[in-house]
Amino acid sequence: MQTVSVEQSVAMIPDGSTLMIGGFMAVGTPERVIDEIVRQQKRDLTLITNDTAVPGRGVGKIIGAKLARKIIASHIGLNPETQRQMMAGELEVELTPQGTLVECIRAGGYGLGGILTPTGLGTPVEDHKQKVEVNGKSYLLEAALRANFSLVQAFLADYIGNLSYALTARNFNPVMAMAGDTVIVSADNIVPVGVITPDHVVTPAPIVDYLITNS
Amino acid sequence: MEPQVVIARRIAQELSEGMLVNLGIGIPTLVAKYVPQGIHVFFQSENGLIGTGAPPEEGMMHPTLTDAGGRPVTALPGASTFDSAMSFGLIRGGHVDLTVLGGLQVDQEGYLANWMIPGKMVPGMGGAMDLVTGAKRVIVAMQHTAKGATKIVKKCRLPVTSLRPIDMVVTEMAVITFRDGRATLVETAPGVSAAQVAAATEAELTVPSQVPVMAL
Repeated sequence: MQTVSVEQSVAMIPDGSTLMIGGFMAVGTPERVIDEIVRQQKRDLTLITNDTAVPGRGVGKIIGAKLARKIIASHIGLNPETQRQMMAGELEVELTPQGTLVECIRAGGYGLGGILTPTGLGTPVEDHKQKVEVNGKSYLLEAALRANFSLVQAFLADYIGNLSYALTARNFNPVMAMAGDTVIVSADNIVPVGVITPDHVVTPAPIVDYLITNS
Repeated sequence: MEPQVVIARRIAQELSEGMLVNLGIGIPTLVAKYVPQGIHVFFQSENGLIGTGAPPEEGMMHPTLTDAGGRPVTALPGASTFDSAMSFGLIRGGHVDLTVLGGLQVDQEGYLANWMIPGKMVPGMGGAMDLVTGAKRVIVAMQHTAKGATKIVKKCRLPVTSLRPIDMVVTEMAVITFRDGRATLVETAPGVSAAQVAAATEAELTVPSQVPVMAL
């Protein structure tokens, strides 16, 4: 693991990258990384994220700055700007059931090619997807997801990169931490090694590539 | 009694000790206010919490303790938090005993449409498809009609949420259950006749000779 400033962390991200961004309605989203993406005007991004929050918060800031080309998300209903860009054809939106989204990310991080889920059968979600029968039950084959970068918000990070999360700010973060080629972490608190006891480490240190330093 | 209160109070009667329950946004959220005395249920928020409590007092909110709508909540003693993969493992894996969701349309076979209106409203399905597909029991809480048009139809005209039919719909007029592809009127709201329910319903409805009144 290396420590970097927030500016350096975002400077590593090329235009056109695919980013997984943790958070649920901007709770558990690394806001300072998002702010820096907007400041550095990273373009043509593909975002894999649960939702696009509301305008001016979390992923909503990237949408508002029109820096995304495509998003894969489960819900965009509380951000009118996302819907406007989608309707206007400015933004490609792939809507995925939340349980499928997180499980495809998990599969991507766990070395699986995809998952079989009953969710989405009989709905527009099944369009262009293979159906697989197992023991007489029908499932949709949903392909695994990976990203160039995972942007993770932790509650505690120790000096070597072990992470733990707070309450409902955990959400997609530990799952996405496994599925990015490069994992960039912003933490509410950086603490000495040992403060997070082994049983309370949720994301083990070797998973983390970059920890953003306090400014 | 307000229509929403009729619906929430009636659905709360379906709760029993120790259940794991997931409430959707809107009328379903109100159900938590009417949990019968002496019964303890676990409420799940899909963003990763079991033991969701009422909103905190002013000034006591925490930015990382929220419900599925992003609003501040409390965590009750015995609460647990987990990531989204486990949250949806609970939902899809049949560990959630009951989910209560809003609806746009329910049809006579129990199919639910509640996630989009093509060309008008495309908010995304969020957790709705997983909940309807995976929860042990699905109850829909909604008004019987919208702008004068019935929401309980012969066949959903909106895209359905799941191939799994719901178990029950509770409106301000009636309780209707779905079994073996058929809709049955099981209760009416106080002051509402079975004939009024049938008139406000497009779906083919089985109406027993005696229909009890909701005991609110």
